[in-house]
Amino acid sequence: MSQNHAEAHGHDHHDGHDSHGASHGSPRGYVTGFLLSVVLTGIPFWLVMNDVLGNSTLTAIVIMLFAATQIVVHMVYFLHMNGRSEGGWTMMALIFTIIIVAIALAGSLWVMFHLNANMMPDLHKM
Amino acid sequence: MMAKATAQAAGTAPAFYVTEEEHAHPGGSTMLGFWLYLMSDCLVFAVLFAIYGVLGRNYAAGPSGADLFDLRLVAVNTAMLLFSSITYGFAMLAMDKGRQAAMQGWLVVTALFGLAFLGIELYEFAHLIHEGATPMRSAFLSSFFVLVGTHGLHVTFGLIWLTVLMVQVSRRGLIPANRRRLMCLSMFWHFLDVVWIGVFTFVYLMGVLK
Repeated sequence: MSQNHAEAHGHDHHDGHDSHGASHGSPRGYVTGFLLSVVLTGIPFWLVMNDVLGNSTLTAIVIMLFAATQIVVHMVYFLHMNGRSEGGWTMMALIFTIIIVAIALAGSLWVMFHLNANMMPDLHKM
Repeated sequence: MMAKATAQAAGTAPAFYVTEEEHAHPGGSTMLGFWLYLMSDCLVFAVLFAIYGVLGRNYAAGPSGADLFDLRLVAVNTAMLLFSSITYGFAMLAMDKGRQAAMQGWLVVTALFGLAFLGIELYEFAHLIHEGATPMRSAFLSSFFVLVGTHGLHVTFGLIWLTVLMVQVSRRGLIPANRRRLMCLSMFWHFLDVVWIGVFTFVYLMGVLK
């Protein structure tokens, strides 16, 4: 694991004690991730607080894209995700989790939206 | 050890594990195990997000997110968590270089940012409850308090864990076991920041939108 890791990364920091397959990153990586996060957090807040786009559906889509991007940034720069740590098993677990999360979220919203639409027609008149 | 056997049994890329010879020390698979825990925690949050997604517009003629949420407060809170993430990162870099005092210093800063986050969140909850927006008021508020409260509880336990580890390091130094624990907490802490991205986007920003 550690050999594999060291080969795969070749970071400038010394890897001697690091036999757990997880990288600690570099100052540069953390600062890059932090600056990207500040931008990716600031823009959605700015869009919503000042109603920049003037269309709530469009704004919702845009801020969801920013959130997805920021999650990837955090995964890469803070959690040091890559396809090689622990022989690829962390990435496999992550992909599996993303699939389950997507099913749980999309499935719940889809089913419950149809329940609302089909079984409570007077909901919006209340 | 189990993962090794399973991987070879499944026949998927056994070459990764053949190179793994210095596996005798304890904790060799801790990081993978902790990552699997985080992924299962991710599923807990996914379910809570799904509940919020389904119930988040059922106001029961009560206040909506647009009436209740103060985005400036949420922005400050988000900043606190983001700062605590990078300061924990600096603590890990100090640990890499074996600089224990610097690491402890960064951990204190991280804990202070975490405490600030919790304080602001508790202030917000107290404010909402004071205004009558309790978890009992509507399905929206029930799901809101459960989702945001669960995240807050995670941060609380993260802070307790952080304090315990700081005591451990001050008493025993940066021994391999403590390094491993600090790396687990590092993953936990950054993971909470990732969950918070979902919270401020889906709950607060989108709650104010419509």
